[in-house]
Amino acid sequence: MGKRDYSMHGTDAARAVEAGLAAAEWYHTDVPRKEMKALMTRADQPALRDTALLFAAMIGFAAAGIALWPSWASAPFWLAYGVLYGSAMDSRWHECGHGTAFKTRWMNDALYQVASFCMMRNPTTWRWSHARHHTDTIIVGRDPEIAIMRPPEVLKLALAFIGLRDVAQAIPRMLLNASGRLHPDEATWIPEQEQPKAIRAARVWVRIYAATIALALWTGSFLPLMLVGLPRIYGAWHHVLTGFLQHGGLADNVIDHRLNSRTVYMNPVSRFIYWNMNYHVEHHMFPMVPYHALPALHEKIKHDLPAPNRSMPDAWREMWPALRRQMQNEEYFLERALPPTAKPYRLALHGAPVPAE
Amino acid sequence: MPWIDACAADDIDEEDVIRFDHDGRSFALYRSPDDSFHCTDGICSHEHAYLAEGLVMGYEIECPKHNGVFDYRTGAAKRAPACDDLRTYPVKIEAGRVLVEL
Ligand code: FES
Repeated sequence: MGKRDYSMHGTDAARAVEAGLAAAEWYHTDVPRKEMKALMTRADQPALRDTALLFAAMIGFAAAGIALWPSWASAPFWLAYGVLYGSAMDSRWHECGHGTAFKTRWMNDALYQVASFCMMRNPTTWRWSHARHHTDTIIVGRDPEIAIMRPPEVLKLALAFIGLRDVAQAIPRMLLNASGRLHPDEATWIPEQEQPKAIRAARVWVRIYAATIALALWTGSFLPLMLVGLPRIYGAWHHVLTGFLQHGGLADNVIDHRLNSRTVYMNPVSRFIYWNMNYHVEHHMFPMVPYHALPALHEKIKHDLPAPNRSMPDAWREMWPALRRQMQNEEYFLERALPPTAKPYRLALHGAPVPAE
Repeated sequence: MPWIDACAADDIDEEDVIRFDHDGRSFALYRSPDDSFHCTDGICSHEHAYLAEGLVMGYEIECPKHNGVFDYRTGAAKRAPACDDLRTYPVKIEAGRVLVEL
């Protein structure tokens, strides 16, 4: 048992509020207003291009998978389809949730609904939990989206790659919501006027899954489930591979995203799947900047940020030993060095613990 | 209620917003694409964020913290997590100055 209490109603939640860590004023790099406005500007074109590519690839891979089914020769196509369904949709859910993917609101909302369905994240509930993740990033007891809790558990981390825990939580929650009820935690962060929307979405989803299962039974084939539902399991690995890097091994209970988030340079395929969320410090500091402008934002503020990891393997090589140490000593974390051009961390201000040696 | 001289009209770019603090309160002053001026509360109704750090698109302001959206002409909340409307305040332009009735 670790010392940290990650529940939203526990001792750490109360302590965070007492210490002024909840809804605190976070550090921001100075960017002149004119430049920031240019970076925040919305456009439809990049996301239209990427979305057309995404759906065309999904249809193509699924068609090849169906054509070769049930031979093993279909496996690579399912793997590719699965990653787009179970991982690329994670970043689409995220970006559209912020409303920054497209300029046109209905396009954001439409892709948000599709991506929420694929990721089994209730579109209303998760909008609110993600807002909290931005207000109180990696504040124990306040942030409901902490992917790696301390001390890390190897089995939990490993299972995340096949999305089993997520799905095991999502299905009962969907059924609960469809029955017209919310979990007590959800009720604390979803305002009352929004709650019926969560229930409506769950009811639509239950119908879609019921139809898929009925079709599978009727045809006596797994195929419908390979297309809908199961890819959330067999295609989850990429969003976990990239998502763990966002905050893993770094400080918690601090109010400077440079201390608790990680920017990693990635290959173009992963960046397409992840929609540039590898620029994670930048995203947290300025969530209004759309995914397609994050590389430009990075160039503008990198003098004030820790050096990014050079690649995914480089970032995992940094994070994994830190997680191993946290398994022995949950107080341990990586403090990332700032370049001489950066404004120093104000550790004392937010009472951050010093890395344990 | 008094009209307060907030700033010069030219201090606000077209389709933009600036922050205006008065008497311990914070307001947001907007200049719309059709050159009309508007004023709302300066702090988001969802959590603590200065709207003047957000983005004006047409007649809407997007909050910099969680991307909640308001119509700044009416204060109406348009996109979650912004749910509660903002208060708005009358604005007039006189001799190139922006006056707000507070
Ligand atoms: S603080 Fe403005 S939307 Fe949350």
